[in-house]
Amino acid sequence: MALRMETESDSLTIWLSGELDHHSARRMREEIDAAVERIKPSRLRLNFADVGFMDSSGIGLIMGRFRLMQLYGGTLEVAGASERIRKVIRLAGLDRLNVLKESGEDLSAKDDSGVPHAGR
Amino acid sequence: MKPLNEIKLNFPSRSANEGFARAAVAAFVSQLDPAVDELADIRTAVSEAVTNCIVHAYPDTIGTVYLTVRLFADGKISIKIRDKGCGIADVKQAMEPLFTTGGEERSGLGFSVMESFTDKLRVSSKKGKGTVVTLEKYIALRESAPSAAKPL
Ligand SMILES: Nc1ncnc2c1ncn2[C@@H]1O[C@H](COP(=O)(O)OP(=O)(O)O)[C@@H](O)[C@H]1O
Ligand SMILES: [Mg+2]
Repeated sequence: MALRMETESDSLTIWLSGELDHHSARRMREEIDAAVERIKPSRLRLNFADVGFMDSSGIGLIMGRFRLMQLYGGTLEVAGASERIRKVIRLAGLDRLNVLKESGEDLSAKDDSGVPHAGR
Repeated sequence: MKPLNEIKLNFPSRSANEGFARAAVAAFVSQLDPAVDELADIRTAVSEAVTNCIVHAYPDTIGTVYLTVRLFADGKISIKIRDKGCGIADVKQAMEPLFTTGGEERSGLGFSVMESFTDKLRVSSKKGKGTVVTLEKYIALRESAPSAAKPL
């Protein structure tokens, strides 16, 4: 199953879905990295709205993509994360990397139709 | 105190079983009618411990993961995750936040997650023999205590 992706100018948004653990992280990581290397966006947004479970493997995934984007001189944003997932992210201190977008800043986080917002 | 109910589960250290282990523990623990958040805490902690067996204990082989879950009348849930893998040389160091031997994609936060999402975490390990992780969590018993399993 391919991840849903959308590019808009120099931003790449990728919607993760399902349960994010060590087992599923590998495939997600490969897909994300392949897209980043192909598109070389200056901003990568990972949308977690459809992620129902995440453990510290998700932290590894976020930190790894943070480093990858730094390498390209770009930025990473994490959007749409549920309170549950934020709990894990905060524990990792990732909120201090300033990647976590408040759901209020992120319209797609509140969109449960699963359809990306056009024309932003 | 005798447990109200207990399960034992053995499974091979394949990564596809991470999700299975979480789901199986969650289904069993539901007999005590935990709150949604308590159940999510348990799923996350179990996922960390089982993943460690798969990733670290048996890095290049498929070994067996041994899981025991006990439910007690006072709301205590005790979960033991055991492997016969490589063991941990220095447990104190392994439990430090961000410590990992797992390379780039591991965060070194598995034990921190287990610690903060449960009430008690115990780790004992012997190099070359294996590791036992015991997690304890107390869940709030509710008035309408449901069909909590009858004593064994
Ligand atoms: N069951 C185990 N068998 C052997 N080593 C383990 C086991 N569990 C944990 N470890 C060691 O402890 C370290 C820290 O574990 P953890 O906090 O879960 O972080 P991570 O899994 O991201 O490395 C691991 O990198 C590994 O060296
Ligand atoms: Mg771990």
